[in-house]
Amino acid sequence: MALIIFVILAALCAGGVTAMILSRNQAHSALFLVLAFSSLGGIFGLLDAPFAAAVQVLVYAGAIMVLFLFAIMMFNLSQPEPPSRKRVRTVLGLAMAIVLLAELGLAARKALSSPQGPAGLPDARDIGHIGRLLFSDHLYAFEITSLLILAALVGAMALAGRTEGE
Amino acid sequence: MIPSAAFLILAVVLFVLGIVAFLVKRDLLTQFMAVEVMLNAGNLAFLALSKALGRPDGQVVVLFVITVAAAEAVVGLAVIVLVFRQRKTIRTDDLKELRG
Repeated sequence: MALIIFVILAALCAGGVTAMILSRNQAHSALFLVLAFSSLGGIFGLLDAPFAAAVQVLVYAGAIMVLFLFAIMMFNLSQPEPPSRKRVRTVLGLAMAIVLLAELGLAARKALSSPQGPAGLPDARDIGHIGRLLFSDHLYAFEITSLLILAALVGAMALAGRTEGE
Repeated sequence: MIPSAAFLILAVVLFVLGIVAFLVKRDLLTQFMAVEVMLNAGNLAFLALSKALGRPDGQVVVLFVITVAAAEAVVGLAVIVLVFRQRKTIRTDDLKELRG
């Protein structure tokens, strides 16, 4: 049962990203990406990570992609992207991607053939445990993250909040 | 029971699709979306290995990655807005001042 759900979600996810590549309209690309990220949230749920799944749907499919859609509406690019003249670059990019696919596939095989720890510890899906880990082992990283978000907020306002006259 | 190899293969496929999108697409916004796809592939690999090894640290890292991705999206979009205001275009074919 879980395998069927996984196959459906994986197909939706990869198909969404492929449709985003093939689509010439940026708004359609963003909406296909929302589909892909939402199904990825479902896959996170299958991996015993319910909190990561919720954050994925809320932050990625929700906040970040809405930000992208706002930006697309701001640019108001009514004319679609004209078909590209530079075929060479596309072919080269695809060739590089195939090489990278082979390389990453080999790396993934090696990672899986190494000895594995005890699979599925009982506390791996416990949100309280993750919270304790976040506020003990990773406390500094957590606090620095809050500073990073503040810096990003102020930086974005300083960059794009300026009006034309200034 | 789904083998963790399946999750890792999906992560690899997503990352490569993100690379393809970044190299094939010709405007800054879609290329930026491709970067988000690659970040998500990394998240998926973290969670898959976190489950395979039975350690919850991977989930903590995923939270950090999502937070940093949100901050990065905000600043990146602000930069793209600035580029659009100055050049009236975000197509990378038209932005070649830095070409040697």
